[in-house]
Amino acid sequence: MGKKFEGISRELMALRIANEIPDGSYANLGIGIPTLVSNWTEGRDIVFETEIGMLNTGPLAMGGEVDQDLINASCQPITELPGACYFSEAESFAMIRGGYMDVAVLGAFQVSAKGDFCGWNIPGQRPGHTGNIGGSMDLAVGAKKLIIAIEHTMKTGELKILDECTYPLTAKGAVDLIVTNLAVIEVAKEGLLLKEVASGLTPEDIQSVTEPKLIISPDVKEIEF
Amino acid sequence: MDKEYPDINKAIEDVFDGASIALGGFFSCGNPVYLTTALSKLDVKNLIIIAMTMGIGNWELNELLRNRQIKKAICNYPFFRSVSRRSIFEEQLRAGEIECELTPMGTFIERLRAGGAGIPAFYTPTGVGTLIAQNKEVRLCDGKEYLLEKAIKPDFAFIHAYKADRTGNIVFRKTARNYNPEMAKAAKVTIAEVENIVEPGELNQEMIHLPGIYVQRLVKVDRPQIEATIEKPPEK
Repeated sequence: MGKKFEGISRELMALRIANEIPDGSYANLGIGIPTLVSNWTEGRDIVFETEIGMLNTGPLAMGGEVDQDLINASCQPITELPGACYFSEAESFAMIRGGYMDVAVLGAFQVSAKGDFCGWNIPGQRPGHTGNIGGSMDLAVGAKKLIIAIEHTMKTGELKILDECTYPLTAKGAVDLIVTNLAVIEVAKEGLLLKEVASGLTPEDIQSVTEPKLIISPDVKEIEF
Repeated sequence: MDKEYPDINKAIEDVFDGASIALGGFFSCGNPVYLTTALSKLDVKNLIIIAMTMGIGNWELNELLRNRQIKKAICNYPFFRSVSRRSIFEEQLRAGEIECELTPMGTFIERLRAGGAGIPAFYTPTGVGTLIAQNKEVRLCDGKEYLLEKAIKPDFAFIHAYKADRTGNIVFRKTARNYNPEMAKAAKVTIAEVENIVEPGELNQEMIHLPGIYVQRLVKVDRPQIEATIEKPPEK
């Protein structure tokens, strides 16, 4: 069983997420699809934070701009924007845990109908109960709004949006919005609210690759950019 | 109060078997590369190493692993990102030769911050309802659950800094600051390798990142040449 639907590209997922972040926001982007979000925010009034201890991160550094003392949390050399500032790891996580991040965008292996998600440990892949947690658990509990950016299903076709997560959790009830290559889904009190679907697909198509029963928004529409 | 040690080996000669040592640095950035290499040449074992990662970007740490000097790691991002690549640390962990205490990044640094600030433990929302909460006290505060996490107070901290005066006041550079200040504050003895050592009064007093009271020893080093990568160790 392979992937059933193609949907939109990772780049367009990133654009859709960028449009979800209001001007005037402080935001933190995780590894993978979330990193691509900053490709769509030029000219926007959004300040990005990186866990290593910096506000106002700029684009990736090229050639002579590379400075070994200036990297992002994925260990990529970056540049600084006007208004950038540097601080310690403790300060960085005081901001994150303290609720100063308006938006965090993270990847995940699984997301549940209750907004639980997992992104650090697929059982059997690493020895014991270990994995790369990094800053994900702190971002999950600290950010005012948590957006999960994922492919709707695994490459093998296995579902990722589930009634209950089966892998070890990153956080419980933390997710606010799920943006996939197929749909935009809000985690509401009543359950998962399907708000947008990729061009050419129907809400029934999305339900066929989503375990929890979706609530179809009366205003459900095509994913807009 | 001149804290400079002319010889890096002298600066770390009292590290003992079973010591806990915090190593600054975030992946390839701001690592105490010279001190870590000097430690790998010291005849000490059963070390508890407190560092973000276990030899990913901070490649010098792999020498401690190869020498089997480490008994336990306290870390938050120990492995290669790709699950298909196994580091020396992962091989030793699989073989049951080393212990791993995994702690979320924000909790990791707060445990060190607390250790340096006379706070023995604290409650945090991070990790509630996850494997991290196993065997930890959960407490309700204003209707929300929090985990009790304990401070870390290492015997030593090895840090890397851009500039210091002889009394130990320190200035870091850009994102190379990362874990270094809190590790310095938490440890009983902090040894800083520093790219530039100046006389007292030469640093801007308003711009000190780490006051000298937290730093016991300084070692002057050349600015290391580092490639920012977590994919491969540098060619020898």
